[in-house]
Amino acid sequence: MKYLPLLLLALAWEAIVQLGLVSRDLLPSLSDVLKAGWSLLREGDLWKNTGASLYRGGAGLALAIVFGAVLGILMAWWRWMDAFMGPLVEALYPMPKSALIPVTVLWLGFGDGSKILLIFLGCMLPVTIGAYNGARSCEQALVWSARSLGASRLAVLWDVVLPSALPELATGIRTALALTFVLLVSSELIVARAGLGYLIGFLGEGGIYDAMFAVVLVVAFLGFFADRLYQRLVGRLLAWRA
Amino acid sequence: MAAASAAQITVEGVSHTYRPARGRAVLALEEVSLAIAPREFVALLGPSGCGKSTLLYLIGGFLPVEKGAISIEGAPVAGPGPDRGIVFQHFALFPWKTVKANVRYGLEKLGVAREEQERRAQAHIELVGLKGFEESYPSQLSGGMKQRAALARTLAVDPKMLLMDEPFGALDAQTRSLMQSELYAIWQRTPKTVLFVTHDVQEAVRLAQRVVVMSARPGRIKANVSIQLDRADPHIYRSPAFAEKVDEIWDLVRDEALKAQ
Repeated sequence: MKYLPLLLLALAWEAIVQLGLVSRDLLPSLSDVLKAGWSLLREGDLWKNTGASLYRGGAGLALAIVFGAVLGILMAWWRWMDAFMGPLVEALYPMPKSALIPVTVLWLGFGDGSKILLIFLGCMLPVTIGAYNGARSCEQALVWSARSLGASRLAVLWDVVLPSALPELATGIRTALALTFVLLVSSELIVARAGLGYLIGFLGEGGIYDAMFAVVLVVAFLGFFADRLYQRLVGRLLAWRA
Repeated sequence: MAAASAAQITVEGVSHTYRPARGRAVLALEEVSLAIAPREFVALLGPSGCGKSTLLYLIGGFLPVEKGAISIEGAPVAGPGPDRGIVFQHFALFPWKTVKANVRYGLEKLGVAREEQERRAQAHIELVGLKGFEESYPSQLSGGMKQRAALARTLAVDPKMLLMDEPFGALDAQTRSLMQSELYAIWQRTPKTVLFVTHDVQEAVRLAQRVVVMSARPGRIKANVSIQLDRADPHIYRSPAFAEKVDEIWDLVRDEALKAQ
């Protein structure tokens, strides 16, 4: 049982609160948290806010993957594209993406649009860099083989360069996936009227800490589950490696 | 044997300079001229770094001809094409495609009908002895099997010319010898022009009707040696005529190999 340490941690959490080693104001017991989570679930608040968050995260990440992958591959394929976009990507990559939160709110307001834009902008560059490095690692002999078998230059891009880029692209997307949750929750905490981040902030301000912890656990679980699902998908897609 | 008028591949006064992104430009080929007749089996032999692969890539249309001229059946080379099949030392199979999908790739690109693709792919997989491995990925095959698959992929589109870049250089000695026999048998059955790059003198003598010996860098053509041996003889390696040719070519290559050290 691989997740035994997780179970032990849960038991330890419950024990230290029940034994009075930590104040319940700072850390509600796990059983209280689960109870609060259950009632959030029954009353529908959890569903509604999870739905809002998943929509924003999914849309932002999907845009980041499509535009990031296309940009990275084009940069690897056309030298002038690399010369023009390369320095921009390099300069913008290390920027803390959360600094964009006020900017996107200024542009698109408090709703879904600003979150989607933020996640798109914040997650695109890891994808771009993965696609770029992957496409650059494409072997010359593969490109030449395809050309001599009758493929046009454009066909080579799709048939050879893209599949060659997949392993590194997949790594970039995994980084973007983790970043999506970070940006999603932090932007919703600051300015939003729905979403899991908003719910955490709302419950926290109201002093309803057991429910707040429940939502934090939901976010943690969603992040973990999304990553597992992604890893499994990639494993299947890249089964030819081995 | 290869009168200019009858030649299929004509190389005239070709020089080529490599300009790496970093480092100095290197003159790889200097004033190379060569004519190859249809269905001729020619080995390009020379020490490593002599530009023999570069010459192959120029004929393949993968590199631009900067100085001199190369023509195929009278027309100047303008890029790669399915008339010139290529086989690389490291196979260059698409790792994300199965053996069958690799072999079908060129047929797809040429717009061959689906059932015909299937039939021709299967026939070529069987020709190279890979029946039963149609659904394997390249990563699941041995080196020799990978090269068989690559050969099947190239032969499936029925090129007039085969450009082979040290195709057996990455294989162990036994596999290499087997593949040589099979290539020879295939060439006899479906006569194609073969330009075979190697630095192995025995391999060149074993396979080629003519061995073109190149000098150390910058590559120039040092000698054309024509070879007439009874290749049906399973003990060809032990025949005095074979040994004589190997010695003759070794004498030509030795100085160049020393210069290349």
